[in-house]
Amino acid sequence: MTHLDGNSLAGVLSELFRFDPTTASARCAGCGAIDVLARAMVWEGTPGTVVRCASCDNVLATIVESDDKLWLNFSGITAVEVRR
Amino acid sequence: MLSAGPTPHIDTAEWEFSIVPESGEPRTWSWEQLMAEKIEEVTTDIHCVTHWTKLGTTWRGVSLDTLFADVETSQDYVMAHSYGGYTTNVPLDELLNGQAWIAFEFDGEPLDPEHGGPARLIVPHLYFWKSAKWVRSLVMMADDEPGFWEQSGYHIHGDPWKEERYW
Repeated sequence: MTHLDGNSLAGVLSELFRFDPTTASARCAGCGAIDVLARAMVWEGTPGTVVRCASCDNVLATIVESDDKLWLNFSGITAVEVRR
Repeated sequence: MLSAGPTPHIDTAEWEFSIVPESGEPRTWSWEQLMAEKIEEVTTDIHCVTHWTKLGTTWRGVSLDTLFADVETSQDYVMAHSYGGYTTNVPLDELLNGQAWIAFEFDGEPLDPEHGGPARLIVPHLYFWKSAKWVRSLVMMADDEPGFWEQSGYHIHGDPWKEERYW
């Protein structure tokens, strides 16, 4: 079985981000808690935004913004549940 | 580095700072032991990655030259770890020769917790996210590995004169 390149993700990612992702549920990689992103704890400032699990304080995600780019790190989330 | 989470409040009676070389045997200072080291006054400019620079800031602290004097290591990179979980990476040769301090006073006042007190790393020649607030240890590394912000978009080195802001 051969792998595909990242272009193959376009369909699923466009579905994922077609709506407000803060209504999606995410599973914390630290404690396993599943909760909507809207309930996470967000620390805004510089150098970037830090999103922490409301149950265990684990870092769920970071967002770094420059004038022309955006970096999303979701390494503290094992999965996101998206309502179709 | 501004706040990436709740501000840790560490009593100096509980505070410890360690340098951990590849032997795994840390060299550790209590607050009293740090205060007994040679204390230096530092006047320096600091550079935030968000385009501001503050000229002529004054700090008091202990040079990392002093703290590394009895540490044996052949590794070239350091990961700074903070109370609260923050990490940032710096090459060892950019922490020595009068380039970095463990600082506990700013502009003549003890560092308050919001600004990284009781003690923070300062590495003024790099962008200020490298100057880890609430520093608790420096762990030697064989290779340069990214810390908290360096994994998430910020430059692995962070030299303001080269505008090393992002990947």
